[in-house]
Amino acid sequence: MSVSEAQLAQQATAPPLVRIAPPKGWFAIDLREAWNYRELLYFFVWRDIKVRYKQTFIGASWAVLQPLLTMAVFCLFFGKLAHFDSHGLPYPIFYYAALLPWTYFSTALQNASSVVVDQQQVITKVYFPRVVLPFSAVISPLVDFGIALAMIVVMLGYYRMVPTLAMLWLPVFLLLAILTALGMGLWLSALNALYRDVRYVVPFLVQFWLFASPVAYSSSIVPARWRWLYGLNPMAGVIEGFRWSLSGHGQPPGAMMVASAAAVLVVAFGGLVYYHAMEGTIADVV
Amino acid sequence: MSQTAIHVEGISKLYRLGERQRYTGLRHLLEDAVRAPLRWLRPRREGGETKKGAQEIWALQDVSFDVQPGEVVGLIGRNGAGKSTLLKILSRVAKPTRGYAEIYGRVGSLLEVGTGFHQELTGRENVYLNGAVLGMGKKEIARKFDEIVAFAEVENFIDTPLKHYSTGMMMRLAFAVAAHIEPEILLVDEVLAVGDIAFQKKCLGKMDEVAKGGRTIVFVSHQMNQIRRLCPRAIWVDRGGIRRDGPAAEIVGEYEAAMTSGETSESRNGTGVKAQFLRWHLVGPEGAQTNLLADDGPVAVRFLVKVNQAFRNAVHGIGLYSSDHQLIWGTAVNDLDFELGRIEMVHRLPTLPLKPGAYWWRVTLWDEEGLVDDLQCVPEMLVVTKPATHYRDEWAGVLNIPSEFSLLEVSGNDRSVGDPLDRVHIAARDDSTHPHRIVDGGCQSDVATTAVRSAKWSGDVPEERDPR
Repeated sequence: MSVSEAQLAQQATAPPLVRIAPPKGWFAIDLREAWNYRELLYFFVWRDIKVRYKQTFIGASWAVLQPLLTMAVFCLFFGKLAHFDSHGLPYPIFYYAALLPWTYFSTALQNASSVVVDQQQVITKVYFPRVVLPFSAVISPLVDFGIALAMIVVMLGYYRMVPTLAMLWLPVFLLLAILTALGMGLWLSALNALYRDVRYVVPFLVQFWLFASPVAYSSSIVPARWRWLYGLNPMAGVIEGFRWSLSGHGQPPGAMMVASAAAVLVVAFGGLVYYHAMEGTIADVV
Repeated sequence: MSQTAIHVEGISKLYRLGERQRYTGLRHLLEDAVRAPLRWLRPRREGGETKKGAQEIWALQDVSFDVQPGEVVGLIGRNGAGKSTLLKILSRVAKPTRGYAEIYGRVGSLLEVGTGFHQELTGRENVYLNGAVLGMGKKEIARKFDEIVAFAEVENFIDTPLKHYSTGMMMRLAFAVAAHIEPEILLVDEVLAVGDIAFQKKCLGKMDEVAKGGRTIVFVSHQMNQIRRLCPRAIWVDRGGIRRDGPAAEIVGEYEAAMTSGETSESRNGTGVKAQFLRWHLVGPEGAQTNLLADDGPVAVRFLVKVNQAFRNAVHGIGLYSSDHQLIWGTAVNDLDFELGRIEMVHRLPTLPLKPGAYWWRVTLWDEEGLVDDLQCVPEMLVVTKPATHYRDEWAGVLNIPSEFSLLEVSGNDRSVGDPLDRVHIAARDDSTHPHRIVDGGCQSDVATTAVRSAKWSGDVPEERDPR
């Protein structure tokens, strides 16, 4: 008790005031409050990671195995059989460099879109800034991403490819991928709380998005003057960016990147606003 | 200046029933999208336009009160009166439709025990996770960790995944975490009703301690003895408003009197319109109405129902719950027709051997259109039988049945032991119908061995380590 009394005495000097009132305003996310809950964010991420590989036989090896097996399939069909253009890159590098951000993105997007519904037990019983949930959902797959990233270092070594300064751009492309997943995740998770149809839509969305992104092919097949439009798919810029920065070959995705970044900011900001607008009613409907 | 801890000013909360079903279907989504593009993207704000089929229910209407720092307040009222909604708003899980509340101090809310528990994680991991969800920091949890584990009495299992825990252990761990959040204001919703009686006593003790530590507590319970014991002040919530507010002893008395006198009161979920349960009682030895059960039966429980509109093909359900909300017994009766007036429903049980303690009845009435009424009976049924029990409460369960125990000697041909002899007789009789089976000493001793083993096993299988 003595510890708590000391705490109380400490806090008694300025008791925090919480005002509870009907929701109003279209954008009033209390970022400082969200920051105060960063520890909870950490715990949500930590739980996700812990739970993911419990009772699996090969554990975190899945993080490498998933992109690696997909790469093998792509190399065989699109590479060896269909002879897609790979900018002169070895097919394994060409596909693995693209699958790295793609695997992260598709996992993060699916996580984020179901996070509100999955956590409804907690949402209806405890208060915390709800925006913590989609953030945690896109952060936890980063661990898998990190593990898978280590693999490409091995592959680059195998092909005797020396990293260039372009590698320094990698965090920028990763950030873009995170923001894309977060922006879409904010929209989808809030919509999912209202309409459970979203659960069925997301797998299709991910599949279509895969074809709309230069994962299996190179964006060079898109005519140059339309490439900026193609760049409105943020993952197009991200994936080409990954290829360029990891291999050091080819051109940085210039105009495409600008379009991608702009698209991401619009989606993410809109998502934040919509998610926030939903926050007040989520506990009543999930 | 004395500052209040909680200031509630004119809080109202509107819920729409049937709305969720309307929205979850793709068909409605498309319909709405065609009729009013973009509207379906809009969150449903309370107070907005009502569409057909959405029944509006004011769960709370214009509720105002103040709680001073250090006060312990009990919220009482019928199911659906709005107590839990009020607590949800104060803990910021739900937003009010109108009005506001101001809370001065760090709030810990306990609307449920074990929120965020994950079955795959170990006890240790869950303590951290649950603690974080309830608003504790990592350091704070680490500091209190040993205390929490000791309180829950699960030391030996702390690194075992939660899925291997018994319900009792899980509940104890959950409450232990909750009991160690140390906010200035604690909001508690009927969570003391977990675990066995011994653990409940421990929890109540902890609550007492917390209350004496000068913290403000708002506490919902259906157990009037808990309210009387813990709260100097009680607020009686009725039909979404405050009906009485004052000293707990007085308010609880009035509440119980109103409930036993069978006063009508509609609840927010729209029940009690066609018919309403008014009150319940047991019929005592001299025909007196009582809520005390002093023996193990036979028992007759009566429920008085007031029928406002005749209805047919109704279903009536009844359940008996222990104080930790475990269903002990239940049944249902179909095809009932109700005429206007007052009706008494009687359930007769040839025997009801219960351990001493508080139990409660819950009765429901349904017709083709849905729930007609649902009553969690007040007051509780107090069982004051003589306990036939082991000294450790948690092994006791709810049934109060005297049992006999004996140890059997295991030996091939020892005929001096009474019980195996009977078995031999049975075996011999069996044998006449199964000529191929040979009864010899070996077979007989098998039977006896099994008997001894099972007897020993049942007395020897501790769910967890004996803390004593």
